[in-house]
Amino acid sequence: MGYLSLTDADRAEMLAAIGVSSLDELFEQIPPAVRLDRELDVPPALPELELVRHLTELAERNAHTGVELSFLGAGIYDHYVPAVVDVLLSRGEFLTAYTPYQPEMSQGVLQAIFEYQTVICELTGMDVSNASGYDGCTVAADACFVAKHTSDRAKVVLAETLNPQVRQVVKTYARGFGLEVTEIPHRGGTIDPDELAVEAADAAAVIVQQPNFFGCLEPAPDLAAAAEEAGAHAIAHVDLMSLGVLEAPGEYGCAMAIGEGQSVGCPPLYGGPHYGFFAARQDFVRRMPGRIVGETVDLDGQRAFVLTLQTREQHIRREKATSNITTNQTLLALAGLVTLEWLGPQGLREVGETCVALTEYAKERLDLPLAFERPTFSEVAVRLPRPARDVIRDARARGVHPGYALGRDYPGMDDVLLVALTEKRTPADVDRLAAVLAGVC
Amino acid sequence: MELIFEKSRPGRRASRVPDYGLTKPELPPELRRAHPPRLPEVAESEIVRHITALADRTFGIDTGFYPLGSCTMKHNPRVNERVGRLAGFRDLHPYQEDDGAQGALELMWHLQGILAEVAGLPAVTLQPAAGSQGELAGLMLMRAYFADRGEERDTIITADTAHGTNPASVTMAGYKLERVETDARGNLDLDDLRGKVNERTAGLMLTNPSTLGLFDEGIEKVARIFHDAGALLYYDGANLNAVVGISRPGDMGFDIVHYNLHKTFSQPHGGGGPGGGPVAVRERIEPYLPAPVVVRDGDAFRLDHDRPKSIGRVRGFAGPFGVFVRSYAFMRAYGPELREMSEVAVLNANYLLARLRDAYDLPYDRHCMHEFVLSARTLKREHGITALDVAKRLMDYGIHPPTVYFPLVVPEALMIEPTETEPKERLDDFVDAMQAIAREAAESPELLKEAPHARPVRRLDEVRAAKQPVLRYQFDEKPALVD
Repeated sequence: MGYLSLTDADRAEMLAAIGVSSLDELFEQIPPAVRLDRELDVPPALPELELVRHLTELAERNAHTGVELSFLGAGIYDHYVPAVVDVLLSRGEFLTAYTPYQPEMSQGVLQAIFEYQTVICELTGMDVSNASGYDGCTVAADACFVAKHTSDRAKVVLAETLNPQVRQVVKTYARGFGLEVTEIPHRGGTIDPDELAVEAADAAAVIVQQPNFFGCLEPAPDLAAAAEEAGAHAIAHVDLMSLGVLEAPGEYGCAMAIGEGQSVGCPPLYGGPHYGFFAARQDFVRRMPGRIVGETVDLDGQRAFVLTLQTREQHIRREKATSNITTNQTLLALAGLVTLEWLGPQGLREVGETCVALTEYAKERLDLPLAFERPTFSEVAVRLPRPARDVIRDARARGVHPGYALGRDYPGMDDVLLVALTEKRTPADVDRLAAVLAGVC
Repeated sequence: MELIFEKSRPGRRASRVPDYGLTKPELPPELRRAHPPRLPEVAESEIVRHITALADRTFGIDTGFYPLGSCTMKHNPRVNERVGRLAGFRDLHPYQEDDGAQGALELMWHLQGILAEVAGLPAVTLQPAAGSQGELAGLMLMRAYFADRGEERDTIITADTAHGTNPASVTMAGYKLERVETDARGNLDLDDLRGKVNERTAGLMLTNPSTLGLFDEGIEKVARIFHDAGALLYYDGANLNAVVGISRPGDMGFDIVHYNLHKTFSQPHGGGGPGGGPVAVRERIEPYLPAPVVVRDGDAFRLDHDRPKSIGRVRGFAGPFGVFVRSYAFMRAYGPELREMSEVAVLNANYLLARLRDAYDLPYDRHCMHEFVLSARTLKREHGITALDVAKRLMDYGIHPPTVYFPLVVPEALMIEPTETEPKERLDDFVDAMQAIAREAAESPELLKEAPHARPVRRLDEVRAAKQPVLRYQFDEKPALVD
């Protein structure tokens, strides 16, 4: 079983070359008291065919989007992943390489990361991007670390409309960073720039999300201006898929742009692995976390790519590094790159327009009061006459998952349902959602 | 080769987006994008050729031998890719209610169980995204544990052989760092250690076997020193591939352990990621684990978010689920024979060590575990050939170089980890190449100085890359407005 290669003859020959009579001699360096003197108590080995059968059986017990018509979003969006992404994922060279420490062996992956950094900069309007972070949560913590080290202030401000998981991760990390974290409440679904200005007065950074967790469009340019005027770095947490139609954070003065890249190139996959992106203005480049690829030349003067600015990194700087990250999310980030190549500027804009249009169509068809009277991108919060959790249960019994219960994160919003629309949902799907909700409400 | 942006032509495209005939929406003008992003405009055929050309310029395990020390570059079984893409996993939304995700939750529950058995510790969180994040989570667990007990401890001890991530994580967790030295046999220096452990010590971070590929023979004494001082021991699982089913970190005395699913359990490395960094802990630390944790109630599985003493969340959702599917499939392909996996990893490493010890310097003359460290110091002294030259020349033999210049305690270090999946012929090819290179160092050193000769590029000007950073494509002109 397993994936071993040695024959008995190989083993005998190798033990002889080592000069030992048995494998056990190699393990004599392990004190007897800490050796395991029994077999591991784990489930038995399965041949490949039975392995596939077992995993298929587990997979089939999940209500995926092919089983339930789903309007779940809340940070993870079911956009179309084009077939060309499979070309990337199926090339063993990308799949089975590691971090390109040896550039002569890895020009392909290095160039791809350089191209990824370029498209992230283009979408966000920023000068520099790293090669990816873990997810949309941890890049927010990274951004706070950068903010702390480029400011003499020890507080970060988070919009209450920032994804709750992102806020939770920032708070987890902030203790170690020695950062205080405060939150600004929403007013009718978005953040008030005047309130933000007050809260930002002694803050290193402010993080706002566009579109925000409720699906609403924040007055992001006003919020960024209020933060920067108060001397705090404005950090925008954005959805890449929205940036064909929504303004780039760099254009309205943000210091950093971060977010969850899943919506571009990655299926939901029960939460990961996906990729976080981290882009910033030029002045932050030497404080950036993570891998960065740069262009240079080889001995013959031909263009080549290499991991650069490594003096920021843990393997050089150790305890003085800008981050502890080593393994990142390269393969997923490159899936995002390929998706953006496939979409092109027009496709990205069209997907964005379709999302906005479908969301408007849903507002019209659902015939439920809106929780917030604000413009939206691809998600809308509606008020139900019953608790959202009960409505979700009853709708699922009819084959439709109607969305996310905002009461899971926001006290007092038990009757609010967050409905996500992507280009994979059709107007007919929205009609079906409307009919099911009408039947269970 | 050209960048994808240089292949772009205005008006060309690959995608066709459905037109549902809906009214074109109006967004508030101040929020609307003014200038389109300069994404490449290319047809699908050129995208496919571009990816293919990039793949041809990339070396993976699928291409050839990849003995990158401490990275455990083992074969990535393809059945794992197949099951990782089953619709029931791929298209499952992470906010699906637990009753609609029973298969996924059961898989995670089994994975937690196998990991706990491998570590010899009872409780597991799957959440951390990679080994480094597992380290950071482990340090946060120490902080929460001591805070709950009302103890003020501010220092973490690491070995001088530690991966750079250890000290970096210590800083991020808000701890002070203290270093302990390695003795002549490659074990932690117990005298140095005794002088540094005190009531301010929160814990130790240790890789065992160490980055020298050596099992710490004094590990029981090390554990006693820390536990007697009321401190905790953290096991960096980077080198777990040496000891699965052979020796368990929990039995060695460690209280907190992280695993690297992308090393030991064969999640493909993906050119740099994704990975997975679950953490296992002793009972007394369990209350502080990140939420949610998968629990079983009778025949049903659920995510338990109700953990009041938790350090909080370190990543989105319950962790990188696709990595769990692959690692679980890998474990199930071995079953209890995971032990044999580690045994063969150790056998392969010792075979290479035995056959290369005469051609290179061996700083610690012991049997190794799953990896070992050679030094090119004699080649450097006698022929001016460095570890980097050896590494670059290996490329010409179709082999990925080992890790070089690490650990820092060995000059001109070459850190070699063959893994268990290599057949003897590939190990022999490597021996032949390394021996040939040692001969070349004496006979024709310029051949090594100018290596590689057979790659798409020659050695790079890395100083220029850092001094004049070009970190994105420099577009020549503003884009034509797309409308």
